Amino acid sequence: MRETEPKRVECVAAALSRSQIGITSGYDCSLLNNVQSDSSPPETIDKITSLPLGNGGRNPQLYRSFGSLATKVERNPSFSSLNSDDLSYFKGVLGEKNVVQDEDRLETANIDWMHKYKGFSKLLLLPRNTEEVSKILEYCNSRRLAVVPQGGNTGLVGGSVPVFDEVIINVGSMNKIIAFDKVSGILVCEAGCILENLISYLDNQGFVMPLDLGAKGSCQIGGNVSTNAGGLRFVRYGSLHGNVLGLEAVLANGDVLDMLGTLRKDNTGYDLKHLFIGSEGSLGIVTKVSILTPPKLSSVNIAFLACEDYLSCQKLLSEAKRKLGEILSAFEFLDSHAMDLVLNHLEGVRNPLSSAVHNFYLLIETTGSDESYDKEKLEAFLLHSMESGLISDGVLAQDINQASSFWRIREGVPEALMRAGPVYKYDLSLPVEKMYSLVEEMRARLGQSANVVGYGHLGDGNLHLNVSAPRYDDTILAQIEPYVYEWTSKHRGSISAEHGLGLMKANEIFYSKSHGTVQLMASIKKLLDPNGILNPYKVLPRSLLSYS
Amino acid sequence: MSVPPLTILSISEGSSLILLLPSQSAGHIDPGESTAKKTPTMKILVAIKRVVDYAVKIRVKSDKSGVETLNVKMSMNPFCEIALEEALRIKQSGLASEVVAVSMGPSQCVDTLRTGLAMGADRGIHVESTASLYPLTVAKLLKALVDVEKPGVIILGKQAIDDDCNQTGQMVAGLLGWPQGTFASKEARLSRLKKLRIVNFRQISWLALEVYALDVGVLLDTEKQVATVEREVDDGLETLCLDLPAVITTDLRLNQPRYATLPNIMKAKSKVIKKYTPQELNVEVKSDIEIVEVTEPPKRKAGVIVSSVDELIDKLRNEAHVI
Repeated sequence: MRETEPKRVECVAAALSRSQIGITSGYDCSLLNNVQSDSSPPETIDKITSLPLGNGGRNPQLYRSFGSLATKVERNPSFSSLNSDDLSYFKGVLGEKNVVQDEDRLETANIDWMHKYKGFSKLLLLPRNTEEVSKILEYCNSRRLAVVPQGGNTGLVGGSVPVFDEVIINVGSMNKIIAFDKVSGILVCEAGCILENLISYLDNQGFVMPLDLGAKGSCQIGGNVSTNAGGLRFVRYGSLHGNVLGLEAVLANGDVLDMLGTLRKDNTGYDLKHLFIGSEGSLGIVTKVSILTPPKLSSVNIAFLACEDYLSCQKLLSEAKRKLGEILSAFEFLDSHAMDLVLNHLEGVRNPLSSAVHNFYLLIETTGSDESYDKEKLEAFLLHSMESGLISDGVLAQDINQASSFWRIREGVPEALMRAGPVYKYDLSLPVEKMYSLVEEMRARLGQSANVVGYGHLGDGNLHLNVSAPRYDDTILAQIEPYVYEWTSKHRGSISAEHGLGLMKANEIFYSKSHGTVQLMASIKKLLDPNGILNPYKVLPRSLLSYS
Repeated sequence: MSVPPLTILSISEGSSLILLLPSQSAGHIDPGESTAKKTPTMKILVAIKRVVDYAVKIRVKSDKSGVETLNVKMSMNPFCEIALEEALRIKQSGLASEVVAVSMGPSQCVDTLRTGLAMGADRGIHVESTASLYPLTVAKLLKALVDVEKPGVIILGKQAIDDDCNQTGQMVAGLLGWPQGTFASKEARLSRLKKLRIVNFRQISWLALEVYALDVGVLLDTEKQVATVEREVDDGLETLCLDLPAVITTDLRLNQPRYATLPNIMKAKSKVIKKYTPQELNVEVKSDIEIVEVTEPPKRKAGVIVSSVDELIDKLRNEAHVI
């Protein structure tokens, strides 16, 4: 059965959580659902039962014996394996305690937070400054040791964990704030700063980070920049391509590229920093960033609304842009399926709207400088929308506690999905008017076999299409892929709005980018990282990257 | 005094309040009077305070004179929200005719009152004062308003989260000479019945005990003019029976306040907020208290990693002085 679907069996180096054990195939990470030592391998797959993965899978070389199943990801034979000289070199550079070989700590660094991807690295390095990163990379490049740059390891596409035995370089120890200019609001900091720490640091200074996302307590700014993370405030402050004014990155050969400008305007030559924003650590390791941060405005208002049909949601969005334009800071949506999940799986969450069940829920946030003016404006807008029938019900947060409880519903959807069981996640950019049609089509395609949930950043045309299934199942997957990608491509959308491609979608890039474009990307990769040691097997299709 | 048989007239779902009325056979009640009282006339006065939002990180002013409130999000005191919610539930269950919300302080208190009106209060009263108002002054102002409004019950939050005084309810009860039921809480569970201490329960205790089976905390008998309040004390729950009019202050577990819905926000726009000054109420705003200094609590010291059990014991003994 696998052989009939080789295209989808890509990610051999993947581990599924306990709940998924015993299934025949997972999503894009299909085979290795038995890496946990206490689990018995699925009996239905002969080849797997003979694999020595029960001990933690510490022999990545053996993956190649999967033959056709594993053709999509094979350990690049040109990469070296670690030896004791390497270890003593790293210990010399970083000191004993920043060279981690402890199995428990490696375990955490090897698995992504969804427990969907698992690598088998035996070495975690914790550099404390740019020079150390530079020395590590220079050495790894000369030795052809593959590396995976890691921050908070909160990625959703398997980009931040090793696939095989890549050396993990975690920049978490580089967590200093270097400078903050209170006049311009420009923050310069090291890559390992945790987003939430930056948010609270700036809060004390009277500023805010231009990005905010659910993983803020763990994710690091270097990773955010490398992923070009979007998040909840995108509709107001825009992309990191606009907010990152400069950065410092270390190339594969150890060269330090100083582009740490703090200028808003700088038209001198090619703006190369953009290459490192969103390239997922495949071109270099971001070590420092300078970010333009907007001043913190005192008045924040949040409304939680119900709409009966998707057309009303769209109309409300265009009305909101027109009438709340200068204060609109978030426009999020979730459908009733997502709401049910949150209410059933998260403790202490209640539906703010008491009456009946609604088809769609919207969260609108405004941020401005004048409390009573903003509130009046928002109220007037909402009351008008209610009279015209766009909104069927709604509540307005009266204090921060209520505001947080509204956000909790929207931000809690991914968590509720995780608790509900196996989930297939798609992060798509689509024209707003088409966005929900895909959810409805998927619902029709899958029928009773899975729960199709739609939510996301409506204001940015970013749909999170999630399929919650009782188990990971090839027949369900076959219903979803490549249908979702083809559908997205047909409507000129993007198969990755804000999560990146990582390992999960590296081979699907052509659904959103032309051949010529991808070819040029591969040339750039080749130029900056000729040995391909930086975050291998990810972002770009394996077929385009030949290693010599 | 003989106890008339009582019947439960109405139990509103979600309300922690039950109305007890004497049954028709009760001889000492005049039938005419009884019919007249079927439409509720009782007014409930609820005090609501505008405070620095519960979720805001408090900053002390640099001159240590107080807490920074400039450009800080202000909201209704959470205990007051609960007080208002309880009043609204009493009204919804048909026992009160009107809920009047009162706030005192600077002009922005009107925003807090608007929130109260959007939750469902019928009217607002704003006693405007730019000077700091301390509990005794607030209690005096409330007493003055009681003379104007003549409520049957005053409900307040047990304390405000900004100064944590926990005095106003008690003081206003003292000034009015009304009984008080403080820290009303709805933690009554059937299993806890045995732990209850019944204090001053008077003649209706037998019925009230039966009512516990319905998991109800607060009882109000408008006919007999008594309110029964259940409160948390150190060793369990205590039940008080108060003559009306009375003062009730609310604790956190009494109820879960409602949100302001758009239709109610719309309705609130046409509701009246009446303004008074302390002078108009013949209350002199003054304080017998002087705040000497406001400081932040000491910062928590960073921990240390000890290398051996001996070192730990040494530190516990000689530095922490705990063993």
